Amino acid sequence: MSEPIVQVRELTKEFPVAKGRHKPVMLRAVNRVSFDLHAGMTLGLVGESGSGKSTTGRILVGLTNASSGSVKLFGHEIAGANGTRAIQAVRHRLQFVFQDPHGSLNPRMRIADAIAEPLDVAGGMSRQDRTDRVHELLETVGLPRGYASRYPHEFSGGQRQRIGIARALALRPDFIVCDEPVSALDVSIQAQVVNLLLDLQQQMGLSYLFIAHDLAVVRTISTHVAVMYAGAIVEQAERRELYRAPAHPYTQALLAAVPRMTPGRRAEAAAAGEMPSLLSPPAGCIFHTRCPHAFAPCRVDVPAMREITPGHAVACHLYSAAASQAA
Amino acid sequence: MAGEMLLDVQNLTVQFRGDAGWTSAVENVSFQVGERECLGLVGESGSGKSVTALSILGLHARRTARIPSGVIAYRGQDILRLPTRALRKLRGGEIAMVFQDPMSTLNPVLTIADQITETLILHQSLSAAAARQQAQRLLDMVRIPDAARRLDEYPHRLSGGMRQRVVIAMAIACRPKLLIADEPTTALDVTIQAQILELLRDLQDELGMSVLLISHDLGVIAEFAHRVMVMYAGRTVETAPVRALFERPVHPYTIGLLAAAPRLELDTDRLPTIAGSIPDPASIVPGCRYSPRCDVALESCRNLPPAMGSAEPGHLARCPPRLAALGFAA
Repeated sequence: MSEPIVQVRELTKEFPVAKGRHKPVMLRAVNRVSFDLHAGMTLGLVGESGSGKSTTGRILVGLTNASSGSVKLFGHEIAGANGTRAIQAVRHRLQFVFQDPHGSLNPRMRIADAIAEPLDVAGGMSRQDRTDRVHELLETVGLPRGYASRYPHEFSGGQRQRIGIARALALRPDFIVCDEPVSALDVSIQAQVVNLLLDLQQQMGLSYLFIAHDLAVVRTISTHVAVMYAGAIVEQAERRELYRAPAHPYTQALLAAVPRMTPGRRAEAAAAGEMPSLLSPPAGCIFHTRCPHAFAPCRVDVPAMREITPGHAVACHLYSAAASQAA
Repeated sequence: MAGEMLLDVQNLTVQFRGDAGWTSAVENVSFQVGERECLGLVGESGSGKSVTALSILGLHARRTARIPSGVIAYRGQDILRLPTRALRKLRGGEIAMVFQDPMSTLNPVLTIADQITETLILHQSLSAAAARQQAQRLLDMVRIPDAARRLDEYPHRLSGGMRQRVVIAMAIACRPKLLIADEPTTALDVTIQAQILELLRDLQDELGMSVLLISHDLGVIAEFAHRVMVMYAGRTVETAPVRALFERPVHPYTIGLLAAAPRLELDTDRLPTIAGSIPDPASIVPGCRYSPRCDVALESCRNLPPAMGSAEPGHLARCPPRLAALGFAA
C-alpha cells in the first residue's frame, strides 16, 4: 500500500484544568491515539462526548497543538517543535468543516466573500478568476451562483453547511476534517449533505476524517472506523468488519444502545453508569468501570491495541494472550 | 390498543405574531392519547411538534401566540378554557413535562432537594421534612446512585444524564397521569440515552402514565411509541400504530423520511434523499404543504388542501392520491 497521507502515532493532548487555588491538574483529552489515513479513504472517528474525537481532529488541522506524539501530514511532521512551520507547508492541502453552520459563517460577510476568503488569503488571483471560482464552487455544492451576493441569514441550516463545504473546497484540498458536519441538520437534509460529501470525494479524490457520534451516519460515509472512548481508540477496523463483528465491549454496547427503526426491538443499556472523569481516570482499562465483561487484569493493566484479524485491532484484555492463559 | 382517551385534541391551530401578521405554526391538528398509551410525535424542524406540546400546557406567551380554534380536552375538560389557577394545578401535577435541555428546567442556584421539594410542597402540601424524604425516594426511583448525598448538590455538579434523571424525578413527583416528553434524550450520549429510555419505560409501567413523546429520532419513536403521528410544516400528514407506520407507510413524506434516515444495520453508499427543504411558514402553498418536494405530486395536490383519509383502522394519511393508488377509498 502507498504511504498514508495522515500518520498519527501515540498522539496525546493534555489540558491544564484549574481547580480552585490549587495547582492546575492535567486532563488527558487524547491518550496515545494512533491511526493511518490513506488517500481516498474516509476514517470515521466515532465516540460520545468527552471521547477526544474533536480534539484529535483539531490537532490534525493545526487548530490546537499536540502535547506529545507524532502527526505526519503528507510526510511533514506537524506535532514537534517545528510543527508551526511544517503546517504552513501543507496548510493549503487540508481543510475543516464545522458542526454549526450558523456559528461558522460571519453574518456580515456576503457568501461570495466567505467562500473566497481562503483564496484571498492565498492571494494571486484576479477579480474575474475569483468570481468565476466562487460560482464554480457554489455549483459544485449544488447551490445556484446567484446566491453569491447574499448573506448567511438568508440560508437554511443545510444550505449553510453546503456553503461551509464550498469554502473548504476553495483551495482544492486533499484532506478534510469534518467535525459533526450533519448532526445539526434534519434527517432529510442530512441525507443530502452526506451524499454531497460522498460525491465530492469521488470527483476530487478527497480523503476525510469524519468525526461523529451517530453510528448510522458513520457507517454510511466511512470506509474505516475508529471508536474512541475517554480519550483513547479502543477499536479500529474496516467499516463492514466493525459493524458486523464488533469486538470491544464498548463498541458492542454502543451499537446495542442505538435505537433502530424496528418497532418491537428495544435498545439495550449494555454499558452501566457513565464515563469516568478524565481528571481522575481509573487504573487499567478505562472502560472497566462500565464493562459487563471486566475481569482482574482489566483493573490493573492498560490493554494494548492488538490485531485480532488483519486490519481489525482492539484494545481489550479479552483478546490478549494473558487472558487466554488466565481463562 | 389503549382504552379510554386521556387527552383528546381536536382541530388545534396555533398562531404566532410575526412581521407579516399572524402565521399558523400548527394548523388543524387532532390526536388522542389513551390511558397508559405512548403517542410519538415525529417531524423535522418547523413541523410544529413542540408548539403542539406547549399548547397542551398553556405555555405560550399570550402577547405573541394565540389559539384561534381547537379543543384540548384532558379527561373531558377543555384545557384552553380553564382558569389560570386550575391550569396551574394541572401543570406539574397531573400533567408533567420533560424538556430536551435539563438546564432549562433546573435552577442553577438551587440544590437538587430544593428543586424537587418545591413541587411536592406546592402540589401536595407536604411538610419540608416529609418532602425531603420523598425527594430522596424519587431520586432512588430514577436510579441516581447515592441519592442521600446528591440531594444537597447543585445541578452543575451533575452530568447531563444525571441532570435529566433529576428532571424526570421532578416530573413524576406528583404521580402524573400524562407525561409530555419533548426530545428527552436528544442532548444525551447514546449509551446514556438507552438508560434514560429504559427508565422512562419502567416508570410508565410503574405509575400507569400516558406519554406524549416528541422526537425527531425515528429510532427512539419506533422503540418507545405505541402509535405515531407524523407532522410536516404544521400539519399532521400521517397517524398510525407504530408497526403499521414503519412497515407500511402511506404518505410520501413518511416514506421519504424513513428512507433518508441512515440505518445502522446496512452498508449503504448513498442515502435516498428528499429534494428541497422545509417550507418557510410565511410562504406556504395553498394545497398540500409537501407537494413542492413530493415526487408523485399531481397538479391538484398543489392547489387543494388534501383531506385525511383512512388506510387501515387507526391508520390515517393526508394523501388522497396515494390512498387511491393503494386501493383505499379516499
